[in-house]
Amino acid sequence: MAMLAQVRSLTMRFGALTAVDSVDLSVNSGEVVGLLGANGAGKTTLIRLLLGLLRPWSGEALLFGALPSMSTRRRLGYVPQTLGLYDDMTVQENWTFTTAAFGSARACMPAGISGSRKELVGTLPLGLQRRVAFAVAFSHKPDLLVLDEPTSGVGPLSRARLWQDIRESAEHGAGALVTTHNMEEAEQCDRLVVMVGGRVAAEGTVAEVIGSRTVVQVTCDDWRRAFAVLDAEGLVVQAQGDVLRVPGSPKQVEALLARHDLRGAVATVPANLEEAFVSVASGQSRR
Amino acid sequence: MSVVVGGDGAGKSTLLRALVGLVRLSSGIARRPSKREIGYVPATAGLYVDLTVDENLAFSGRAYGVVGSALAKRSTELLERIGLAEARTRLGGQLSGGMRRKLAVGIGLLHRPALLVLDEPTTGVDPVSRAELWRLVSAAAADGTAVVATTTYVGEAHRASTVMLLEQGRSIATGSPSDIIAAVPGKLGVVRSTSQPEGLSWRWGTTWRVWAPCDDLPEGAEPRQPEFEDAVIIAALADEQKV
Repeated sequence: MAMLAQVRSLTMRFGALTAVDSVDLSVNSGEVVGLLGANGAGKTTLIRLLLGLLRPWSGEALLFGALPSMSTRRRLGYVPQTLGLYDDMTVQENWTFTTAAFGSARACMPAGISGSRKELVGTLPLGLQRRVAFAVAFSHKPDLLVLDEPTSGVGPLSRARLWQDIRESAEHGAGALVTTHNMEEAEQCDRLVVMVGGRVAAEGTVAEVIGSRTVVQVTCDDWRRAFAVLDAEGLVVQAQGDVLRVPGSPKQVEALLARHDLRGAVATVPANLEEAFVSVASGQSRR
Repeated sequence: MSVVVGGDGAGKSTLLRALVGLVRLSSGIARRPSKREIGYVPATAGLYVDLTVDENLAFSGRAYGVVGSALAKRSTELLERIGLAEARTRLGGQLSGGMRRKLAVGIGLLHRPALLVLDEPTTGVDPVSRAELWRLVSAAAADGTAVVATTTYVGEAHRASTVMLLEQGRSIATGSPSDIIAAVPGKLGVVRSTSQPEGLSWRWGTTWRVWAPCDDLPEGAEPRQPEFEDAVIIAALADEQKV
């Protein structure tokens, strides 16, 4: 497996702020890596370093074994959150411009968007705009995809179709680095890297990131009062319909409910990815 | 708590605007409490960037008749809840995205509305702030407020007692998350292969999910109980087949 992107002890400071702090990260051929982190965790700075838009303070970011340059840029497909398309140009014009810039003018426009080739990009629905941004970024068959919140705002079916494109590229040997706040999307990645305060706080498969973390699940006749009791205790309680999920120990939760004459079933259940992420990001211990 | 799930352009904002009476209906009816009993937080606003946190609360308080000591008490309570007690003199525009959304929801809750209407309260908000936001909203629901919220994140539908899936202005499924799963027609299967199986299929991680609305699953597909995300995609596929 070829290493497409490699980041070693990468550090970036802006004045007193260390935005990226001794980060190691790699993306291999055929692999989809999810980059998770709260806002301000350093994801965007890391991507900008990798793209060569910023020079690192120390450490190194290598693309295809070399420092980022125009020639590595040629092998890269980047879809920023803002899509990077020209709204006042048609789909065909956007396509022609980008394929010319990348020297892949003979590439063939995918069927999914060619029906809209004469439309101005700005007039298309967002789901379709995203498909165009993907098609344009994929047109020169890049070896590495960097996708920033690739499916933000699109419906479930369009999201599934965009992921089809990502997977297809990976199966042809490309690697992908995907940032997302969407946990269903994160679950589709082969590997996750979770950043907290500029550092890598957890990494591995979804199961590895969740690890042995658990939450306490409360099923109670009076979920509203149970919620108020747990909430008043300062616990980050989450309601799923009338079932409550809360970090902490089942004994503590049971005692709290008993003190308020609340009866219900209290069980320890495995945390989901979102709960594990919140626990990592708020610096709680593994158990 | 009711959650409306849909992508950009599905009609979520228009539905909420129709519900709170900001747009006139072409037909049908919308029953709602009086304006004073509604807290409405639009997707892109909900506060004034050039007013301080305190001024934002005071302005909304005046509009809804929450003034004087009642305003002071309720503001303190809400700001402590959302972690902005130390930021009362900061301008709305100086707050981070997540903080801004929390304050907007706080402003919507200031007058203890009977109905809280939230348009994409968590879009672009990171999971840590999102958990805090939902905790705030659920606390209001636990306190007796009816909540209607929209989202593009399918996973957030689990928080609701009632979910509506919206696609191109039409409701394509409604009910509790378990109702929507139970209503999935046909059969769902998993195919472990790199090439796309026949029939209606979509990617899930390195595998394919395949849905057979009437017939049997294609050969090699392992049957699978649908999860909520599958049910949502199947509802959208079924709708697309119909159109």
